[in-house]
Amino acid sequence: MLSVRGLAFARNHEPIFGPLDFHVDAGEAVLVHGANGRGKTTLLRVLAGLLSAQEGVVMIDGEPADRHAIARSCALLGHLLGHKGELTAEENLRFALGLFGQRQGQSPTSALAAVGLGGFEDSPARQLSAGQKKRLALARLLLVPARLWLLDEPYANLDLTGIDLVNRLVGNHLGRGGAALITSHGAYATGAVRTRTLSLDPQPATAAEAVDG
Amino acid sequence: MADSSAMTAFSALLRRDLLLVWRRRGDALNPVLFALLVVTVFPLAIGPEKSTLSLIAPGVIWAAVLLAGLLSLDTMFRSDLEDGSLEMLLLAPQPLALMLFGKVLVHWLTTAVPLLIAAPLLAEMLHLQAPLLPVLMLSLLLGTPLLSLVGGVVVALTVGMRRSGMLLALLALPLYVPILILGAGCVAAAAQGLPYTGALLLLGAGLALLIILAPLATATALRIAMT
Amino acid sequence: MNPVLLWFHTMGSPPSFYAFAGRCLPWLYGIAIPMILWGCWAGLFEVPADYQQGDTFRILFVHVPAAWMSLLIYGVMAINAFIALVWRIKLSEQLAMNCAPIGAAFTALTLLTGAIWGKPMWGTWWTWDARLTSELVLLFLYLGVIGLYAAIEDRRAAARAACFLALIGFVNVPIVHFSVDWWNTLHQGATIRLFGKSSMDPSMIAPLIALAFGTKLWFVGSLLARTRVSIAEAERSKDWVHRALRARA
Repeated sequence: MLSVRGLAFARNHEPIFGPLDFHVDAGEAVLVHGANGRGKTTLLRVLAGLLSAQEGVVMIDGEPADRHAIARSCALLGHLLGHKGELTAEENLRFALGLFGQRQGQSPTSALAAVGLGGFEDSPARQLSAGQKKRLALARLLLVPARLWLLDEPYANLDLTGIDLVNRLVGNHLGRGGAALITSHGAYATGAVRTRTLSLDPQPATAAEAVDG
Repeated sequence: MADSSAMTAFSALLRRDLLLVWRRRGDALNPVLFALLVVTVFPLAIGPEKSTLSLIAPGVIWAAVLLAGLLSLDTMFRSDLEDGSLEMLLLAPQPLALMLFGKVLVHWLTTAVPLLIAAPLLAEMLHLQAPLLPVLMLSLLLGTPLLSLVGGVVVALTVGMRRSGMLLALLALPLYVPILILGAGCVAAAAQGLPYTGALLLLGAGLALLIILAPLATATALRIAMT
Repeated sequence: MNPVLLWFHTMGSPPSFYAFAGRCLPWLYGIAIPMILWGCWAGLFEVPADYQQGDTFRILFVHVPAAWMSLLIYGVMAINAFIALVWRIKLSEQLAMNCAPIGAAFTALTLLTGAIWGKPMWGTWWTWDARLTSELVLLFLYLGVIGLYAAIEDRRAAARAACFLALIGFVNVPIVHFSVDWWNTLHQGATIRLFGKSSMDPSMIAPLIALAFGTKLWFVGSLLARTRVSIAEAERSKDWVHRALRARA
């Protein structure tokens, strides 16, 4: 689904990552490893289209990806979750619907129920705990049609049930033919799902891909 | 899977932003309060003489509206930047210029329209000659959207800067100068009995042009500043 | 490839530009400084006093070239800004950014000399005539570009933002000029022109042209010198910079 060749990013002439070559197929999750500052978040932001890489090509479904193609195919879960505090959970999701469109078979209510926030539809987002806000962001991912999920530290702020929820949701997403790119400090295996690892730590070769699990 | 059309996204954005303003409606009166303060300062500083005040009234009101607008510019993107919604707008498969036009529109509706409503009161406080009031209102009606549109470009360029207040004012002023001159100037022309419709038409033409161009420039500026 | 295009293409590479600029600088300054000095001296001492304004008109020899430069430099900055934004050429970014302080200096000089002339002419240090007011707005534009460039941490994003601002300002300058002209006629009836239409004695023209050319050459020299420094700084991690600096030592 996504394939990347020779992608390199530098800021102020300091190289952040690259050149990278890798691909993510439908039904796959790729776990991006790397110590702090290795450029995991930057990589995701480049793939999402927020930053422009200095070198390299990003291809979606075999075609060089322009901004519109990226916007339609990818959904980013970043550090900032994108909820307006004064809006209720449902209102936040309805806005995301308006922007991104709606995945078939999902509604704000069903998405909230799927992440364990059923009953919180009318709670203002600022009253939610950090873990609940994370779940609301996950509900948004369920709701929008994007096939490729770019998850930046999705396990942060979550307890064990939350971590399990993320793994389950990713698993379901992959089962439906979606794909995911996940950054994490630690390695949380997603169980029975195909997972590969991409490491951004310095290697003798330009990129190391190890097949896991 | 249903993709969202541009118009659906636009109305979703309008609805959301207007809802947000409604939920914090106390803040919405800040620009009016500031304009009121400015207008109070002038008679206190210059003296309550009716003829003097009446002479400077159009200019002072325009200046008060401009300054109040300048102060409120920061709110256009600030909260969206801080909670990540601005990023979401950049990621959305929608024309960014249209989305930003929506934000500028809401900004104008919530900061300038209260000022427009307050303008007759301000005019009365400064003893503006009655026949000039319609001209003043018309000039403000055409000029305030211009200020919001142009302000949007400048705010987009400085988005994310922590203490951007002074820089924002510096960047905005050269762009505000023609709008201010035409707006306040047409009331001054009317006061002298000179023809003023030319200035109003220029403002109107500028507005028609900038409604299309300014959001495009704002989108470019935002993408540059958000890297 | 067409030799002119080839030359431009080569110039885009920082090491070539660095070397080329280094070779040009002595010539540029070498011609500019004598021209400026002669122009100033001739303007101050040789040219006869104006029958209307006496000796005060001599400020024109500094004011007019400075005003021309303030506008010319903005044009050069805008062209480079356009190239930098559309074709993302690093050198154009640097050239545009380095134009701003030079332009600001000339604009400030224009304002200062305008004020100095105003005092004996109109009895005030400042008048809101059309040209001075437009120059003041131009100064704000320059300061805005400098300020925006300084305020953003990522140097390339800063350059692109400031270039975008410069382009917006470029479109704005004629609009401002037009509106200030109208404003002036509106509020003062008869236009006060700071520099009246006194006929120019032919002996005035030579120093004026000398100063006009001298300042242009000086600007180019200053721009090249500043850009040499800024690209060396921007590329300081690269080899060619170390070699070039060692060669100079």
